[in-house]
Amino acid sequence: MMEPGSAFSAALDLVFGGDADFWGIVLLSLRVTLTALLIAAAIGLPLGALLAIGRFRGRDAVIVLTNALMGLPPVVAGLLVYLTLSRSGPLGFLGLLFTPSAMIVAQTVLILPIVIALTRQVVEGLWEEYAEHLRSLGLTPLGAIPTLLWDARFALLTALLAGFGRASAEVGAVLIVGGNIAGATRTMTTAITLETGKGNLELALGLGIVLMAVTLTVNALAFGATRASRRWGG
Amino acid sequence: MRATPSILPLRLTGVGYDAGGGTLIDGVDLTLAGTGRLVILGFNGAGKSLLLRLCHGLIPPTRGRLEWQGPGAGAGARHRHAMVFQRPVMLRRTALANLVHALAAYGVPGAARRERAWAALERFGLTPLADRPARVLSGGEQQRLALARAWLLEPEVIFLDEPTSNLDPAATKAVEEMMRSFTADGIKVVMTTHDLGQARRLADEVAFLHRGRLLEHGPAEPFFTAPRSAEAAAYLRGELVV
Repeated sequence: MMEPGSAFSAALDLVFGGDADFWGIVLLSLRVTLTALLIAAAIGLPLGALLAIGRFRGRDAVIVLTNALMGLPPVVAGLLVYLTLSRSGPLGFLGLLFTPSAMIVAQTVLILPIVIALTRQVVEGLWEEYAEHLRSLGLTPLGAIPTLLWDARFALLTALLAGFGRASAEVGAVLIVGGNIAGATRTMTTAITLETGKGNLELALGLGIVLMAVTLTVNALAFGATRASRRWGG
Repeated sequence: MRATPSILPLRLTGVGYDAGGGTLIDGVDLTLAGTGRLVILGFNGAGKSLLLRLCHGLIPPTRGRLEWQGPGAGAGARHRHAMVFQRPVMLRRTALANLVHALAAYGVPGAARRERAWAALERFGLTPLADRPARVLSGGEQQRLALARAWLLEPEVIFLDEPTSNLDPAATKAVEEMMRSFTADGIKVVMTTHDLGQARRLADEVAFLHRGRLLEHGPAEPFFTAPRSAEAAAYLRGELVV
């Protein structure tokens, strides 16, 4: 095993050296998480808005459930997706297990409750404020959804970034459904987990540095979104 | 000036509204017609704002009927009357985009929206505000923008709930000028106010509400000089009636 000090400088060489395997892992991670985020946004934003303005039996239960699912342990999400996609599972015929698609599904399951719950919360507050004006303009609650989503854009961006942060940092779900196959389903977090165990510290550290940079960027963007929101009057 | 047929008169027959186990509006018979400015007066809690919301159709009456009886009434009548709330709702967009949004909600085609919105800003001297976020404008600017947004929709009737309640004298004057220009455009203004001076300046007709009941409705001048009800007389003298 290398000394931690020399492992760190070797890690920096990896980060700045343009190593193809290394950047392959980084790009796959980003592709998986961004695709999952996109799918979760496409489903979660309208669903969250519907939940915010809808009045139906069982609404409270759905809200409690989505709030609770925000804390769904990644390994449990991974296990559920594994069971669904495994050969004997209901969607086994798709042959998705141990592919990037399976990892996207697993991360979508993790992000979706965050997007739905936070969208519901933000849009509900906005609807309370806007309802009379929008109804005065002749809009139905359903017709008001585009207005509400657009006016909540900065808060929703923050919600999406929170989802991205959770998915990019998790290891359990992608490890179970992806399998950490080199060159195919190896992500930053799964590689760190396994390479550290094998004593390959420079790769683990290098990926750790990139992961930290991603997290920093996400937080800077969230900060910027909050700033922008204030400039528009909250 | 208006080619489209009128939706007025609006006739209220025995209109009542209950909420939270109490009766907030009761037995109101009222006909809104003509183009004179109608000022609704009454103590706090008399039901003034509620009556505007009932007329505008935001809430359905518990009892009685509201009917737009003019030749233009019918399916399209909903878009022929607008309302501005006591605390105007400003969308998290620019001043101009707030106007464009209202036109979009009314189904105005995209190409015409910006042009009409600009014309409305110009008409009321609000063009310097066009690109500013609406929610960080001053209270007076927001209220003028809200009035311009209502005017933009080419309504026949505009309901205004306490349009100047939080404004300084200069902003109040600007808003009152806008209301006068609405009247000049043939728009019927129906408003509530707590400012008796403003009521005297603006009212052509007065409706006086007391505890949810309409006690008086008629021309402004006789109301202010010789109110028929004891409650209105007390109100005009500035007394506290319990």
